[in-house]
Amino acid sequence: MARGGWFRRPLRNGNRPAPVPGDLWTKCPRCGEISFTRDLERNLKVCPKCGYHHKLTARERIQMTVDPDSFEEIDAGVCSLDPLGFPEYAEKLMRAQQATGLCDAIVTGYARIEGYPLLLAAADFAFMGGSMGGALGEKVVRMMERAVRERLPVVVFTANGGGARMQEGLFSLMQMAKTSAGVALLHREAVPYIVVLTDPTMAGVYASFASLGDIILAEPGATIGFAGRRVGNQDLGVKLPDDFQTAEFQQRCGMVDRVVPRREMRGTLALLLGLLAEERAHAE
Amino acid sequence: MLNNPLDFEKDIAELDALIAELKQMGRDPSVRADAAQKGIDIEARIAEVEAAREERLRQIFANLTPWNQVQMARHPQRPYTLDYIRMLCDDFFELYGDRINADDPAIVGGLARFQGRPVVVLGHQKGRDLKERQQRNFGSARPAGFRKALRLMKLAEKFRKPLIIFVDTPAAEANLMAEEEGISTTIAVNLREMIMLRVPIVVAVIGEGGSGGALGIAVGDRVLMLEHAIYSVIPPEGCAAILWKDRNRAAEAAEALKLTARHALEFGLVDAIVPEPIGGAHRDPQAMAATLKAAIAEHLSALLALSPDALTQARYAKFRQMGRWQELPAVHPEVEALET
Ligand SMILES: [Zn+2]
Repeated sequence: MARGGWFRRPLRNGNRPAPVPGDLWTKCPRCGEISFTRDLERNLKVCPKCGYHHKLTARERIQMTVDPDSFEEIDAGVCSLDPLGFPEYAEKLMRAQQATGLCDAIVTGYARIEGYPLLLAAADFAFMGGSMGGALGEKVVRMMERAVRERLPVVVFTANGGGARMQEGLFSLMQMAKTSAGVALLHREAVPYIVVLTDPTMAGVYASFASLGDIILAEPGATIGFAGRRVGNQDLGVKLPDDFQTAEFQQRCGMVDRVVPRREMRGTLALLLGLLAEERAHAE
Repeated sequence: MLNNPLDFEKDIAELDALIAELKQMGRDPSVRADAAQKGIDIEARIAEVEAAREERLRQIFANLTPWNQVQMARHPQRPYTLDYIRMLCDDFFELYGDRINADDPAIVGGLARFQGRPVVVLGHQKGRDLKERQQRNFGSARPAGFRKALRLMKLAEKFRKPLIIFVDTPAAEANLMAEEEGISTTIAVNLREMIMLRVPIVVAVIGEGGSGGALGIAVGDRVLMLEHAIYSVIPPEGCAAILWKDRNRAAEAAEALKLTARHALEFGLVDAIVPEPIGGAHRDPQAMAATLKAAIAEHLSALLALSPDALTQARYAKFRQMGRWQELPAVHPEVEALET
């Protein structure tokens, strides 16, 4: 398949992070190191001193991960509604849309990684904590159904600290079933599904499509867990391990295959796509 | 009579006490004689108070707030899963264990007969007294519980038995051990597996439908909710803590979350409401069981007419369409602005 010939729509590459004046310097929240933002970006937003992986926007993630100009966004106009008339939700949604330039907390589309075609989703923590409402669920399922129709592997980068978005009430809880239904299709049709858990991935998202990957990778130090430290009803007298609910903790518990530094992520994904896709080609 | 009535049940409890007192008097020959002499008809007086009680009950339950519904769903006298299994099924044979390393008493289940037909039943189980509550972890299942549930579902699929599932949990367990044992993963696996399960699944939310812990066994072809059950993405206390940093504003959060059966039905997220006896299931468990049995039987017989393929396709479509969103014809203006 010739590069580009595979796409049916013009490329819409919105990957560039908007330059914000005053963001010349960035302070590392872990070690306090102050770096030139531009240098930090060249280092994939990983602290040169302590290795802290700064949060990325969805568009930064896509730009860092996929082949140049290979990303073609789908379903970009799918937006959340306020089905409960929940206090302050409409305003919060609007502010999040203005701040991020996104309709909701996830971006989906076609992409290539070292030539391998795939469908990719990247969540955005900056959009209401990356919480999962009706729009996110719909976009994830549409992408998975498309992956089954077109037999393309799926890679999902999570960054959903908010879990299910409580402002959409029971509708958002049902997105756990809905997105897992999408995974059930991938599962039944043996379409490869790779999840990369990034900081933070919690609750309703972690307890649905995010923990159902055939392969699950995580970024170093990412917060990953079911209920937040504050929310969880920790038993009195139980001392939590220092790395509780981190990528490393989840790997130790058998929930994550590999903790992969950002610098190695693209290569790792390409390797896996090759191994999984070729296996299938031989079988067919 | 209830041992510890809810605030809004207090009037009823007082009237109940009065009725009991009158009946006690009625049984005492000397008191009866005394009353007759004074021209007091104790039987008539009892009937009067009972009528007043019925009227008051109707008034109270016509005007329950969402928070009252939360209290009802958590009512300590409410029938639990094992109560319903005993009242609805015959030949119940309980099965134990997740076949990995544990049995979680917060989820119970086994083989049984429903209207003569062999089925697999399972559900969350809360405890009745303090000791049993602790033993059953207040109905909060650990990973072993969700694995046990899945094991029973697979058993049902293997032998083509319909599943009847009762939901009643505040939430899934979230402590260190649950996290270590992969609580998120076990719930997610259940969601994925239930969608493709090739037997009919009827779910009844009988009390608390507490977020992921409830949904982890609730992906059914039909989801019924008892009139005073709740189903919520987050406990109202937790919602209030996040929104307003104040757990005491749970009543407001309950209102905002629209977690009642009426709302869930209106939203198309459950299929039917099963009416409760006036005053709630705990006031007449037998009547409640009869109504629930009829409702389950009706839905089950419709599902039994479908092929396994038709079942799973319909179940996929049912959960696939949940959620509300809008699709803007063009990309959001801000997105365009960023790109140019
Ligand atoms: Zn640092």
